[in-house]
Amino acid sequence: MFRTADGEEVFIIDGHVHLWDASPENQRNVHGAQFINCFHDYHSGLSPAEYVWPIEKFQKYSPETLYEDLFVQGYDDMAICQPTYLTDFYKDGFNTTERNARLKERYPDRIILNGAFDPRDGEAGLEALEALAEKYALTGVKLYTAEWRGDSKGYKLSDPWAQRYLAKCQELGIKNIHPHKGPTILPLNRDAFDVADVDEAATNFPDLNFIVEHVGLPRLDDFCWIATQEPNVYGGLAVAMAFINARPRYFAEIISELLFWLGEDRLLFGSDYAIWQPKWLIEKFMAFELPEDIQEETGVTLNLDVKKKILGENAARLYGIDVEAQKLKLAGARA
Amino acid sequence: MTAALTTDESARLRDVWERLATVTDPELDESVAAMGFAESVRVDGAGDVQIRLRLPTYWCAANFAFLMASDTREAVEALPWAGTVTVELQEHYCADQINLGVNGGLPFQETFSGEADGGLEALRLRFRRKAFQRRQELLLRCLVKRGYTAAALTRLSLPELTDLPLHDAEASRLRMRYVEIIREVGGGTDASGPAFLTVEGRPLDSDTFVAYLRELRRVRVSTEFNAQLCRGLLQARYAGRAPSEMPAYPSTGASRGAASGAEDQG
Repeated sequence: MFRTADGEEVFIIDGHVHLWDASPENQRNVHGAQFINCFHDYHSGLSPAEYVWPIEKFQKYSPETLYEDLFVQGYDDMAICQPTYLTDFYKDGFNTTERNARLKERYPDRIILNGAFDPRDGEAGLEALEALAEKYALTGVKLYTAEWRGDSKGYKLSDPWAQRYLAKCQELGIKNIHPHKGPTILPLNRDAFDVADVDEAATNFPDLNFIVEHVGLPRLDDFCWIATQEPNVYGGLAVAMAFINARPRYFAEIISELLFWLGEDRLLFGSDYAIWQPKWLIEKFMAFELPEDIQEETGVTLNLDVKKKILGENAARLYGIDVEAQKLKLAGARA
Repeated sequence: MTAALTTDESARLRDVWERLATVTDPELDESVAAMGFAESVRVDGAGDVQIRLRLPTYWCAANFAFLMASDTREAVEALPWAGTVTVELQEHYCADQINLGVNGGLPFQETFSGEADGGLEALRLRFRRKAFQRRQELLLRCLVKRGYTAAALTRLSLPELTDLPLHDAEASRLRMRYVEIIREVGGGTDASGPAFLTVEGRPLDSDTFVAYLRELRRVRVSTEFNAQLCRGLLQARYAGRAPSEMPAYPSTGASRGAASGAEDQG
């Protein structure tokens, strides 16, 4: 919970967090090492200096560290665990549903546990998804479309098998689909970050919500265009938020574009922990004001009401969280 | 090392760096030299050149990495004294494939046979058009800030733009960058026609000028995301290890951490 100077409470759902194991013991190959090194460069490139971890701590951290950083220091009331398996790079996977489930067991009122699927797993994967959904009562999945799998360097949401999996999600009551676009999609002569496949999926499944992680960056222009066409497309702000410290004017440009094209009801805060810490992200965001010229040109507002929606209310709506009831529950747990 | 170079060798090194300043990252519309992507250059007595390239991440898109590597080789091979030019891309998931393909003069499709169903020209053009839009927006916003009205700007011809008395370096630089790219992807602009057309070649309308600028901003914000991120990542990945032997040219002076100036516009 964040409290403003006037004592107003802001309920926070962190829409994108990880508990990963990228330790050398778990790395399968050079790609596993390079993957976590790249994350660490993101981390040290954009965090305020006092929040930078050494690579050893960053490779693997404990559930207690996560709890402290998110819920004690970091103002988060709840957090959505978004798994990324990467089993071609890590022996036991990078950040799996099973690993996150142990967190959920320990902190049941804090954690929203999402699953994942990979359409390249075919029929067997459909059954596995069904079992996963039943075991953990999933309401959301994270999809990493750039994940390597043998010779394959990724997939698209418009692929026939992906469509079958989305139909299965609908059937299982998994309403929230969090696709994350990354590079390396084939064929290699096309734009690796293209977000057009989200458009097709969102049109075909109007009852599912598509929360595009990292707001489609670096293709924000295409993403905004798609989101104006598809009412069930949302923007996850992980990564975009992190610019608020080092490049505040640039952050203002991003957020005002998103408010202009998507509006205040379709944006979700996410720290992408442990890449960035919610504490500084939220403090900076709560203190943030749009520069006058940008506000004038776009006509958008970023006041307390809008910030409350972005930081928690929008995610609460998508995940069926009753904020007032949840506050009481969490206060009870602390007492 | 540098002290032992003959005048001839220093001149050749300078030639190479000058060529590197003309090779752009197609996605970012910034030069390979300015972004700090050229880690080192070596020239030997026979005129053979070795260039080591490094990118902000191991995962940078393979297509753009290939374009930069092959453009680099081509640009340096064009030097009249150049012998064999070898480009070595470092620490990239496709480094071996790209180095083999580029130094063997293979086109992209052959380098990545089985993983590509065509060449890269359509992709390159798509990003040149975005670069056109970005350069145009930055110049338009800069001129608006200096008092030019929408009505005046939409009427301005290309020769008039070229003759505008701009008294600061930033405005002149933005104009130069814009005029440069008009020739390449300037919609239907001819030498005496309007200075500002949309990328599709349509004239601008002063009534919708502000909305037009806002549209362009969306394109620029996307491009700059990668440009800004890449600088930070390169810095973090190589801990600020500056490229060796890189002379301090004005054209490459923006390299170390300084943003293109774009960020403060608008």
